[in-house]
Amino acid sequence: MSEKRNKTLLHCTVNGKERDDVVKDNILLADYLRENIGLTGTKIGCDGGECGCCTVLINGVPNHACLRLAATCQDAEIETIEALSEESRLSAIQRGFHEKLGAQCGFCTPGMIMAAEGLLRENPNPSEDEIRQGLAANICRCTGYVKIIESVQFAIDEINSRGKAA
Amino acid sequence: MNEIKPTQSIGVSKPLVDGPEKVSGKARYSSDFIPSDSLVGRIYRSPVSHAEIIEVDISEAQALPGVKAVITGDESDEPFGVLPIARFEYPLARDKVRYKGEPVACVAAVDVETAQKAIDLIKFKYNELPAYFTSEEAMAEGAVNIHDHREGNIERDVEFDLGETDEGLEAADLIMEETYNCAEIAQVQSEPHAAIAEYDIERDFMTVRASTQVPYYVHKMLAKTLKMEESKIRMIKPFVGGGFGCRTECLNVELICALVARAAKGTVRIVISREETFITHRGRPETDIDMKIGVKKDGTITAVDFKAIQRGGGYSGYGVVTILYAGGLMFGVYDLPAVRYRGLRVLTNTPPPGAMRGHGTTDVRYAFENLLDKIAIELDMDPIEIRRKNLLQGPKYETLNEMFINSYGLPECLDWVEKESGWKERRGKMGPYKGLGVACAHYPSGASKPVNWTGEPHATVHLKLDWDGSITLLTGAPEIGQGSTTMATQCAAEILGLDMSRFQSLTSDSKLTPKDNGSYSSRVTYMVGNASIDAATNLKNILVEAAAKKLEVKPEDVECLGEVYRAGTQDEGLTFNEVVQAALEGTGTITVKGNYDTMPESWGTKKYRGGAISGSMAYAYAAQVVEVSIDPDTFEIKVEKVWAAQDVGKALNPLSVEGQIEGSVWMGMGQAISEGTLYVNGLGITNNMLDYRVPTIVESPPIEVGIIESIDPHGPFGAKEAGETSLVAFIPALTNAIADALGVRPVDLPVTPDRLMELMENYEKTQEAAE
Repeated sequence: MSEKRNKTLLHCTVNGKERDDVVKDNILLADYLRENIGLTGTKIGCDGGECGCCTVLINGVPNHACLRLAATCQDAEIETIEALSEESRLSAIQRGFHEKLGAQCGFCTPGMIMAAEGLLRENPNPSEDEIRQGLAANICRCTGYVKIIESVQFAIDEINSRGKAA
Repeated sequence: MNEIKPTQSIGVSKPLVDGPEKVSGKARYSSDFIPSDSLVGRIYRSPVSHAEIIEVDISEAQALPGVKAVITGDESDEPFGVLPIARFEYPLARDKVRYKGEPVACVAAVDVETAQKAIDLIKFKYNELPAYFTSEEAMAEGAVNIHDHREGNIERDVEFDLGETDEGLEAADLIMEETYNCAEIAQVQSEPHAAIAEYDIERDFMTVRASTQVPYYVHKMLAKTLKMEESKIRMIKPFVGGGFGCRTECLNVELICALVARAAKGTVRIVISREETFITHRGRPETDIDMKIGVKKDGTITAVDFKAIQRGGGYSGYGVVTILYAGGLMFGVYDLPAVRYRGLRVLTNTPPPGAMRGHGTTDVRYAFENLLDKIAIELDMDPIEIRRKNLLQGPKYETLNEMFINSYGLPECLDWVEKESGWKERRGKMGPYKGLGVACAHYPSGASKPVNWTGEPHATVHLKLDWDGSITLLTGAPEIGQGSTTMATQCAAEILGLDMSRFQSLTSDSKLTPKDNGSYSSRVTYMVGNASIDAATNLKNILVEAAAKKLEVKPEDVECLGEVYRAGTQDEGLTFNEVVQAALEGTGTITVKGNYDTMPESWGTKKYRGGAISGSMAYAYAAQVVEVSIDPDTFEIKVEKVWAAQDVGKALNPLSVEGQIEGSVWMGMGQAISEGTLYVNGLGITNNMLDYRVPTIVESPPIEVGIIESIDPHGPFGAKEAGETSLVAFIPALTNAIADALGVRPVDLPVTPDRLMELMENYEKTQEAAE
């Protein structure tokens, strides 16, 4: 068996739920989310910081969960793909990726959607160029990105028309 | 009278039936199965490229607390491989290792740290042998044989000479030739390979979940290497994060996982790293091509003479098929009166490549279309016109290798890209460092002869109808993101006139779903689509019979409107649920099946050995125009826009067809301008997604898709291939655009700025010397 590792009592919020977990100091945030608390929506597609599949929001900002130790997330607010659905319905961005075929195999999709979520919170009306810059750290191997851009634009339109209706 | 119409599903853009799971994070891929009692599997890989194994000492690793099993090549003496004629690879190496990174041993331990510690305790003793990293080195005189039974390291030497090639070349007014080198590329699918194997010792039963495109092949190879009855294995394919051919054959990962799970008497999970996924890439082989084309003054091709050498890596894999495809698929795009081909598949001490998207044809088609373009310029012909000049002449399209071509939308594809790109008005008038290029391609809709000849149909689909009025579609067709489940559902829904929401689906679980050969060579839409139509037609017949009985009319008088079955427009008819109830009377739950088989006429030629490879029921066609601009200082290539026309027969789901074509074009762009693996003494130095440069969203171009529908007479609703052809067309269209922009023509792939700058400098030097 492996020798005892130093551990930290991690206090954080994951998808709106406060947690107190004892975590090994060397466990990555991505592994903590997937293996310790069963949120497997966050994917791991590379050996560190290359593909963006594990993108989550930490205090509202997109981050690679594979480049972050869980123990460094003390008091942080973490959001994953599982948190986005609104009252069990798909969010506007999720709906965009579904309706406009922004997801084919779907493996990069959770990270891509979290990056888009971070982008739209920061800039609710990004230009096409700003969408490209906002998603530049996420690799998709299926779509050629055409429909990913359309998916985000679909979401922007839906959010804006909802805003007008209200 | 109320207006009732059956619901239409075909030709309508439909989001994927499994889309909500993918966008919500609920979709579970192989690596997402993490039972609390599962062990971590880790693979010990060869540090050398070629060696005799003296000893794999695992004693210390086994003794480490927390280690549940350590296995080596001794665990299985049964080789595996996709082709029955070329099974020389063991799950874990025995006797010899043949490439750096080849699996040698595997550990199952309670956690990842323990597993890694055990790996570090393995002592691998070996006697190093000379290693060859290029085709040339491996074929050199005196090179030792990597496999004893493959003299001179030639896995397969194929040749054919159809028509009168020498006469054709003699009759030509112009002969041009060129040598091309295309780098090895990898699929870099989003999801690294993963498997989870659960061994039930009480029942001696194995359940495996794995990221694969071919669960049936994996099932067979599991039985073979584990020496277990096929009925004692359950093979499940969960969601899969992309394929592109990387898992079109059983890989060592699945087999090792099952072997170590049995040894550990439990459940083992192996999720390999991105670096290991590159080692297990099964991508497109590095290919050297000599291409020679003879033409008349008017551009008519008189003969083609070409040679391809593929660096095949340490094991066969699909190699024999790849080298045969490279030859056979020369036919079918243009009318070629004579073709001579020689193909060499070479064994080397590098990881084995496989059947990547555009399998076999991509690099050869690139060379052909690049050279044809050069010929057009030499003859002062419009590059689109030289292609028109050589189109196949219908209505019956006969090729020298007896391809079964019943639909041919290439002329319309050319018309579309010419018009939409403004080819006539803009070409040659775009200013310096800007250009337009064109190219064509085709791809089969599935191999007509299966790899494993069993006498069973090519595809089988089940539909289960129950008391609740819901229909469950059961198919073994592996959904890998290409939309196969959506496609099969659309086909069945269209026949029954029902909304797709009446359907659910179960896919790729050997205990529940009918067997399917797998997702490769673009076979699924054609074959599984047709099987789904057949199943739905059989179900409809049962429902019509039941409705007729209830309505007290003859079956032929019953009109099926999807949700309503009636006899004549005055009849109120029966609701679908009433018909279901009537149909279930006395028999209970109904399961019907549908089959699909290819026609013997499509099984390829017997004129040369291996002529069955490239035989297909239908071929999709593509024409593409690419617009580029080149930075005059850095020689960076910017793809400004792509016009991609593809004859897909019939777009069953236009949204999905667009997605396939866009993805294809873009993947072709990666191969054309930035992708390529590199090895130093057999060690992969590009085994990550930074050094292996996949294009990002920032440099990805706008792509305008032109869907051409030639309605194939045998395809499901006329459909054929949609996901590979456009990749093949992009690469030459790009290099032809660069030639248009700069006056120099790139030949080797990828066309990096460094290479382009060197080409330009050499070109300028020769220009100066000439002055």
